[in-house]
Amino acid sequence: MSTNSLGFVRTELLAPHPAPAGERSAFGWIRGNLFATPKDTLLTILAIALLVWTVPDMLNWLFFDAVWSGSDRTACLTLAQGGVQPDGWSGACWAFVSERFEQFMFGRYPIDERWRPTLVAVLFAAVLAPMLMPRLPYKGWNALVLFVIFPIVAFFLLHGGVFGLQRVETPLWGGLMVTLILSFVGIAVSLPIGILLALGRRSHLPVIRVICVTFIEVIRGVPLITVLFMANVMLPLFLPTGWTIDNFLRALVGVALFASAYMAEVVRGGLQAIPKGQYEGADSLGLSYWQKTRLIIMPQALKLVIPGIVNTFIGLFKDTSLVSIIGMFDLLGIVQLNFTDTRWITPITPSTGLIFAGFIFWLFCFGMSRYSAFMERHLDTGHKR
Amino acid sequence: MRKTLLSATIGAAVLGAASAASAATLDDVKAKGFLQCVVNTGLAGFSAPDASGNWTGFDVDYCRAIAAAIFNDPSKVKFTPTTAQTRFTALQSGEGDVMFRNTTWTINRDTALGLNFRIVNYYDGQGFMVPKSLNVKSALELSGAAVCVQSGTTTELNLADYFKANNLQYNPVVFEKLPEVNAAYQEGRCDVYTTDQSGLYSIRLSLSNPDDHMVLPEIISKEPLGPAVRQGDDQWFDIVSWTHYALVQAEEFGITQANVDEMKNSENPEIRRLLGVEADSKIGTDLGLGNDWAYNIIKHVGNYGEVFERNIGANTPLKIERGLNALWTKGGLQYAMPIR
Repeated sequence: MSTNSLGFVRTELLAPHPAPAGERSAFGWIRGNLFATPKDTLLTILAIALLVWTVPDMLNWLFFDAVWSGSDRTACLTLAQGGVQPDGWSGACWAFVSERFEQFMFGRYPIDERWRPTLVAVLFAAVLAPMLMPRLPYKGWNALVLFVIFPIVAFFLLHGGVFGLQRVETPLWGGLMVTLILSFVGIAVSLPIGILLALGRRSHLPVIRVICVTFIEVIRGVPLITVLFMANVMLPLFLPTGWTIDNFLRALVGVALFASAYMAEVVRGGLQAIPKGQYEGADSLGLSYWQKTRLIIMPQALKLVIPGIVNTFIGLFKDTSLVSIIGMFDLLGIVQLNFTDTRWITPITPSTGLIFAGFIFWLFCFGMSRYSAFMERHLDTGHKR
Repeated sequence: MRKTLLSATIGAAVLGAASAASAATLDDVKAKGFLQCVVNTGLAGFSAPDASGNWTGFDVDYCRAIAAAIFNDPSKVKFTPTTAQTRFTALQSGEGDVMFRNTTWTINRDTALGLNFRIVNYYDGQGFMVPKSLNVKSALELSGAAVCVQSGTTTELNLADYFKANNLQYNPVVFEKLPEVNAAYQEGRCDVYTTDQSGLYSIRLSLSNPDDHMVLPEIISKEPLGPAVRQGDDQWFDIVSWTHYALVQAEEFGITQANVDEMKNSENPEIRRLLGVEADSKIGTDLGLGNDWAYNIIKHVGNYGEVFERNIGANTPLKIERGLNALWTKGGLQYAMPIR
């Protein structure tokens, strides 16, 4: 080995120096992110002023001045209004929400039987949780339990009439329970039907294509409220005398069909994004149509459209509150219904109730949205950008 | 024209369905074991849920009264909550046996919709609310007032008619939506608020100082609210109508939920006839019910006055006065046909 003729060559890298103190500290972060330019400074000051102006009042109204317990409207009324609060008081009336909480969850489901929807909710969580965790095995069996066995068990538990369970008819169902049932059925039914419709719309067989296109365009061309109205108001007139189809079932079918049409278009978007080479590659392997679709196309297409699918789910979840116009009481409907109880009519009951309903809706929608973001990262194997 | 044809077709379909479904409603109800009652999806004091989710209210109590008359059990009722749009179809298509849904009896509904109305269980009408500080006792003293009203409603037209007919001046302060009217009235942008009187009472409760406001006694339009049944079943129509008359008659005789058992021993033959204790009385059986039908109604639900006071009267937050709904003997319009 020749001797090194150079005077000095560093053989190891210098250890990286930490950034200058001015950039590292909290102060540096604040200067860099909030006060970097005069415009930033102005915006920061405005934003802080806005927060100072609104947040304390909001917290006061929502929590510190709020009424947490009480048995009727007097708890949430000022002295001048015939209640117990000092004059000029204003705050949320959580006493109303806490007294009616069970009704908001279960609607008018008989009080002695409310363990049944509770049990169904626990079962649902127990079956859904492992399904949502990609690490856990036996997804096929899990799906079978979630989408086939669980709905049957849940139906018999909720509806009763068998195994000595008292029969609870659907007009008594309500609250969050109805919102969740409608959404679950809508979601569970719309995805498979939507996939079939999307495939059908791209089919080379004219009859299938025309049927799928007609279904999608007709359902998508009318508002959900019209579908529900038709099912609720017009359908009974066309049925023979003595035939009645359960009102709740009609709404379920309406919501599921409606969501399917939207889902079909979302999935079709994914199918169109798959390059032709993927189809040809699958063909050259000698796969049949269904093998090709199941093994090559769908896994890629569905992964691409996760944001669209979740978007449809979230939209569906919120749309379920439209059933209140056909005389059914979902979460929002039952909250609004309780505004009419003279025991709780006050100037602030409606705002408190609506904030509560909005918060519950937000919890579920935000949960779905976070989970979809997680799924996207988890499945992000190819098209990383 | 096309619209007329369409509505005629639908109407014919409706009538066809209705007449088929409505034969012997009483037998249907007895066979089912419960009464199916069409009510409002939520109207303070008329149909609303209580803490345990049971329906309560003025209209709801009427449903319970009919159930009591048929089954001697006011709990044998199932409710079909309907919105203003779905109510008539629910009744026409047989999803309800009777409708108690604060529905105004008009000739159009009585004839073209294939429904029957006969009684008025609540006389409503457009009224005025004013701040007490105005020191006004009658609508006739309102000359020159600024009146808050919702635009494009019959309310607005009735208002104009009333002031013109009485030769009074007024300033309309018109808004598109009810919440805007509420806000304007609350802010004092007008002196008077006008809408249906039963609505005024519940709006008053949502004002910041309800006791500073009063509803004036005048009613300037007719909104007779009553039950409806499908056409073509006279027996059922009679049962619904006479349930109301029994409630009103009981109040006139002073029979209450509490004293109905003593009243059975009354010497008054009219009371004895109503309660079904007169020996040769066939009133109940002629209706298709038991002879104790009226006794059962009063025992379980009370008389008309009790139903009124319990749900919307002076001791409830709504504090609605009897007004037109007082008995005819007390200057109101509630008048029962003779039960004999």
